[in-house]
Amino acid sequence: MVKINGEEKAIAEKNLLEYLKEAGFEPERVVVERNFEIIPKDQLGNVTIQDEDEIEVLRFVRGG
Amino acid sequence: MQESISKEELDRAFDARFPKEMQVKLHNAKVAIAGLGGLGSNIAVMLTRSGVGKLFLVDFDVVDVTNLNRQMYLIPQLGKPKAEALPEILYQINPYATYESVCIKVTPENVKELFAEYPIVCEAFDRPDQKAMLVQELLTQCPETIVVSGNGMAGYEDANEIRTRQMMRRLYVCGDQSTDVGAGIGLIAPRVSVCAGHEANKVLQLIMQGACE
Repeated sequence: MVKINGEEKAIAEKNLLEYLKEAGFEPERVVVERNFEIIPKDQLGNVTIQDEDEIEVLRFVRGG
Repeated sequence: MQESISKEELDRAFDARFPKEMQVKLHNAKVAIAGLGGLGSNIAVMLTRSGVGKLFLVDFDVVDVTNLNRQMYLIPQLGKPKAEALPEILYQINPYATYESVCIKVTPENVKELFAEYPIVCEAFDRPDQKAMLVQELLTQCPETIVVSGNGMAGYEDANEIRTRQMMRRLYVCGDQSTDVGAGIGLIAPRVSVCAGHEANKVLQLIMQGACE
């Protein structure tokens, strides 16, 4: 299982960018950390999610 | 009316209320603020009032009439770059702290040059893509920097929804994380100030924990 924002999901072997889009995240608005390492936006499409990965997706909203 | 105040008078007023150790830590602290809008201008004023010794202020924009509902600026400052207008206000609160400011747009190319020497950076941008860009670049290009970010403070729903969370090892996020600007919800002073207060308070905690030593 993969832990994403604290929730367990069966998404191993998926492409990280494709998964984010499917889950409704806009890649331009997020910061993604995988196993305590930031994955830069332009690398998201190169990452295959592995079993036991811990992923944090921080989604920004407008306002400041 | 008093026109000016000596450094000794200001120090004495601070001495009377806070332990020396706290004053020294705050005086030696340096904090950068990226974005000088509703969050950034309020954070800067709060940190100045709290005795932070040096602030570095970054924004490319000028003061606009639509800013007056939540940002610290005053009518005589309309049209002035925020990077000039904000230090004018801060000097009237504490003329003895150091304020550096630059009127520039932050990009992935200049993040390191601007911010790498700062142990604490407040992300206070407005647009979500710019927020994400800055946080990502700070965390990857500035390995010693702790980031305090604002996310979600529009409207007038319950202010208790605005919280501070540690999201990553060097990232604290303040806000309700959900209320987006749009669909008739705008940014209004109270919740923006609450969120700015969360960011400023986290900065003070980090300074007292030794982040700037």
